[in-house]
Amino acid sequence: MDRAERLEALRAAMRERILVLDGSWGALLQGKGLEEADYRGERFADHPLSLKNDVDVLNLTQPDIVREVHDAYFDAGADITTTNTFTSTSVTQEDFGLDGDCYELNLAGASLARERADAWTERTPEKPRWVMGSLGPTNKTSSVAIEVSNPSIRGIDFDPLKDGYLEAARGLVDGGADILLIETIYDTLNAKAAIVAVEELREETGLELPIILSWTATDLSGRNLSGQTVEAFWNSIRHAKPLAVGLNCAFGAEQLRPSVAELSRVAEVPIAAYPNAGLPNDLGEFDETPEITSAHLGEWAESGFVNLVGGCCGTTPEHIRQIAAAVARSQPREIPEAERRMRLAGIDAFEVVS
Amino acid sequence: MSDGPEAGATDELSPASPTASFINIGERTNVTGSARFRKLIANDDYEAAVEVARQQVQNGAQILDVNMDEGLLDSEAAMVRYLRLIAAEPDISRVPIMLDSSKWSVIEAGLKNVSGKAIVNSISLKEGEAPFLEQARQVKRYGAAVVVMAFDEEGQAETAERKFAICERAYRLLVDAVDFPPEDIIFDPNIFAVATGIEEHNEYGRAFIEATKRIKDELPYVHVSGGVSNFSFSFRGNNAVREAMHAAFLYHAIRAGLDMAIVNAGALPVYEEIPPELRESIEDLLFNRRADATDRLLDIAQDYAGQKRTERAQDLSWRELSPEERVTHALVNGIDEYIVDDVEEIRPTVPHPLEVIEGPLMNGMSVVGDLFGAGKMFLPQVVKSARVMKKAVAHLVPYIEAQQAAEGSNAKNGKVVLATVKGDVHDIGKNIVGVVLQCNNYDVIDLGVMVPAQQILETAREEEADLIGLSGLITPSLDEMVQFAGEMQRREMDLPLLIGGATTSLVHTAVRIAPQYAGPVVYVQDASRAVGVASNLLSPTARDGFVEATQGEYEAARERHLGRRQAVERHSIERARELGAAIDWTEYEPPRPVSPGVTVFEDYPLQELVERIDWKPFFQTWELSGSFPQILDDPVVGESARGVYDDAREMLHRIIDERWLEAKAVVGFWPAHAVGDDILLFTSEARDQVLATVHTLRQQTNSEHERENLALADFIASRESGVDDYLGGFAVTAGIGIEEHVARFEADHDDYHAIMLKALADRLAEALAERMHERVRRELWAYAPDEDLENDELIAEAYRGIRPAPGYPACPDHTEKRTLFDLVSAEANAGIELTESYAMSPGASVSGWYFAHPEARYFGVGRIERDQVEDYARRKGWSVEEAERWLAPNLNYDPADSGRERAATG
Repeated sequence: MDRAERLEALRAAMRERILVLDGSWGALLQGKGLEEADYRGERFADHPLSLKNDVDVLNLTQPDIVREVHDAYFDAGADITTTNTFTSTSVTQEDFGLDGDCYELNLAGASLARERADAWTERTPEKPRWVMGSLGPTNKTSSVAIEVSNPSIRGIDFDPLKDGYLEAARGLVDGGADILLIETIYDTLNAKAAIVAVEELREETGLELPIILSWTATDLSGRNLSGQTVEAFWNSIRHAKPLAVGLNCAFGAEQLRPSVAELSRVAEVPIAAYPNAGLPNDLGEFDETPEITSAHLGEWAESGFVNLVGGCCGTTPEHIRQIAAAVARSQPREIPEAERRMRLAGIDAFEVVS
Repeated sequence: MSDGPEAGATDELSPASPTASFINIGERTNVTGSARFRKLIANDDYEAAVEVARQQVQNGAQILDVNMDEGLLDSEAAMVRYLRLIAAEPDISRVPIMLDSSKWSVIEAGLKNVSGKAIVNSISLKEGEAPFLEQARQVKRYGAAVVVMAFDEEGQAETAERKFAICERAYRLLVDAVDFPPEDIIFDPNIFAVATGIEEHNEYGRAFIEATKRIKDELPYVHVSGGVSNFSFSFRGNNAVREAMHAAFLYHAIRAGLDMAIVNAGALPVYEEIPPELRESIEDLLFNRRADATDRLLDIAQDYAGQKRTERAQDLSWRELSPEERVTHALVNGIDEYIVDDVEEIRPTVPHPLEVIEGPLMNGMSVVGDLFGAGKMFLPQVVKSARVMKKAVAHLVPYIEAQQAAEGSNAKNGKVVLATVKGDVHDIGKNIVGVVLQCNNYDVIDLGVMVPAQQILETAREEEADLIGLSGLITPSLDEMVQFAGEMQRREMDLPLLIGGATTSLVHTAVRIAPQYAGPVVYVQDASRAVGVASNLLSPTARDGFVEATQGEYEAARERHLGRRQAVERHSIERARELGAAIDWTEYEPPRPVSPGVTVFEDYPLQELVERIDWKPFFQTWELSGSFPQILDDPVVGESARGVYDDAREMLHRIIDERWLEAKAVVGFWPAHAVGDDILLFTSEARDQVLATVHTLRQQTNSEHERENLALADFIASRESGVDDYLGGFAVTAGIGIEEHVARFEADHDDYHAIMLKALADRLAEALAERMHERVRRELWAYAPDEDLENDELIAEAYRGIRPAPGYPACPDHTEKRTLFDLVSAEANAGIELTESYAMSPGASVSGWYFAHPEARYFGVGRIERDQVEDYARRKGWSVEEAERWLAPNLNYDPADSGRERAATG
């Protein structure tokens, strides 16, 4: 299948059933017991900074280990895999001194995912697999004050963020990503920079580049770091006409449910949801078993909230297997029609009724 | 604080006041429009500049227009810095931003610094199509809405035709070439100054309004906005006229389809409050109705120059009258500015300072009393008169005391101890009675609210009071009054006892209270009766006759009551349950709350509630009856109603601007099943662990035509039905912080404003309850997300679902409030406490349950029989006596009369 055919098939599949995404990457890769030298491989043997725990660099230095994770999730029943590129923007990789290698990190990450997805599609043609290129939130915020004494100072400005996203997205698309996933959006302005970047890439390549935007709450009141409610977030990014909008990470499924319900109420596009396996415990581990997480997601599916489900931090292939089973018999959420209304937002949503 | 149809919120303000669908855009954060803001930015005082934004939002700006177009500023840098600063303030950043600049670079810098969805103000065809299309594409890419000026290569459009033509051209380009969402387009068809002396300019008002109408009719989904202050530019320096012009302009433009406007939201008079003469002149100008419109407005504008809004200069000719006449004038008209001077002028001319009170002041008050008695003055004015009186008396007291110390005299009509009983916090009516009595020269000792019987009785004894007056609003207070009367009897007192308050009645007083006490017990229906009752009771000649007549009246009431009660046969509780609401659960799928659990609303914006105030009960507080707004034009009470309404609007402004009151709300939803007449709430969807039990009471009405005997539990699905249902609950208040301001007014002898504030807080709390119910239906439970009701429909409760309050007819047991309060943590989340009688404190609070079933409706439980009381006691874990005490107002039998069985077995 070529790119256009894959996207056609994806849209058809989304109309038919709830699609399953993959689970956590970081924990799985870190759990392989790799040492500094493994991370560095040959290519970065002499790199001046430590690369241990820069899991994205494994796309270049330990591709087989990355392939293993893709295979494990496909084997568990995932329809869509995400690329191992959550931190592969120049903004974030600057911490590891790899800000100059981001195009390659993304290209390699997307190529590995493409390779494994195509292999699984060949194995089970009735169940095609897709690749979603991950664009993480970066470790800097463009909308939140970082100095108490001078609240007009930001960690980063819009333009360098946008440039970083553009480079990363170009690598992902060149490597064969079907969809771009702007995920774990704790800062809506960062996401808007990513949206502008994708739009520029569309102009540059002439390709249709569907995106999924996934929001995250940073406190239990259901707001993100920019302070926005989920509806305000939706109003702020709706112009991107995403293939789906979703929620990930944050807390466990139970705490995320009100936000999923709210997003499902307001958004006239498919909904994606991939929560953490509960809240991290004192040791930073995630305790929610596959049974627990899948029971929640199964209930969301039954409630008609979701079109795509998966897992975030702490979820494993076993979680994905059980989530896939839990949603198998439910219908995908019907996409509501939205009335044409001006929908503005500050940190709260504002709808103009006229 | 009721749950019947009268609790519906109203939105009956003058049509010119911004409604939910009309949007105020704050204009003060604009260096071109506000000299003060420009100065702050130029002086680098961003901290104060941020406060300007906060003020705007607090004053009701729903969108904030930010403009930094000033030649000497680095506009881009100023825009970025300011946007970032206000982004850090959640009470500002909750509203969307309008990025206002004539320079595209400033707008783009702004777009890169707003997280939310902003509005770009503005782009136009001024430089031709190419830049217009490019900018529109950028706006779309950044995800903003856009204002498009009616401006093209030829210049700004002045006529209605050209305004429309340019907007239509822009619309086609945006929608067809850019694929810009039409709902995100706002046209600004240019508001220009009228009355400039140039004849063509006189058409500007009409041109805007006509263009607005055509744009809205012919260009689907778009909006129209405008900068209103341009319109009145010729009258700069005369803010009263300018603001009136803005209000009139908006009134007509909104009707033509104007959706939003850049206005100073804090300074907009209500259209109908504009003096008719001024309004007519403005409208002549707006519609270019007469050639001399400009001259005429200029002419009368002088009269309004330098004044605040609609207030006309006071006619001061009365100051030339004699001091005695001036005192009367001041009392009748409620003017307190000169009273101390006038009193001080009279005092040296009389032998005893008390004579100033007994002479001129009492003469003035008796004029007031006569006018009041004749229905020519109304309570609001009387209370204002009292304020003048109190000021005068306060001034005289030191002189009187000095003299009385020598003579030991007391010339008062009598001494009255007033109190709201233990467990109750409602005191508006009591305060009015106090004022009226004081006006009539009674010495009033007001013990306040939640006063234990002991303290009232001790005070009465120590002060040698002549009368005791008790007040209460909630039903448990009725029982407290009964016990109070019993205590007076036990102490073998003979002081007359006056009973008042909203739930008290002649029947209750006659049947329950009076029999407890051998002394006179008199029900006082409203404040205007208080003086008559008091003077009768304290008159050596009239007293006996009055007491005898009252007792006769009460005896008759008791007989009627007993007769009626015996005639009504009730169903047994078993039979009543068979007659419960017959709801077909198989066809029903309960909506699942989108926000389950508890949601807290801290510091709810009062501005949002003002439009939702139901004014009718407010006027009832002042004993002015009639529908709103017709009451304002009522031939009898209209003037009085307008006066109190004006004062209320003004106080509302201050309440909001100066943050006198804080409103809070908490709502919650829980999985629920009905079990018999109880409702079980569960901790989770698993429905295996009971969180709380809500007990409901059932009607036992037996009528000729078999009718339903309802209990609230009927509206919740039973477990057996297999339907997973939900119950909601809420507690809201608008009274946080009220004490300080009430105390301030009282210290200033200003009962008028103290009562006004409490009455407004009550109205705001009701409006908040109504608003939360709407949000519950539309957003939080969201079973009616598309509900879009007109206000009269809201009043008529055309919506689905009810919000009955514990203690009111559908669920008369006040103690259920405890369950509700625990569920929503009302103390912690809304700052509302329950007294031992389950009254809510602050008094301006409302709480209740939410039922969502389409057939759920309000009803009154009415009288219930012993069989249900025994059953209810078992369910609540009470003794039967305890149940009888709490349910006393609903009993269809006399608990003392054991053994009698009246329930029918049918």
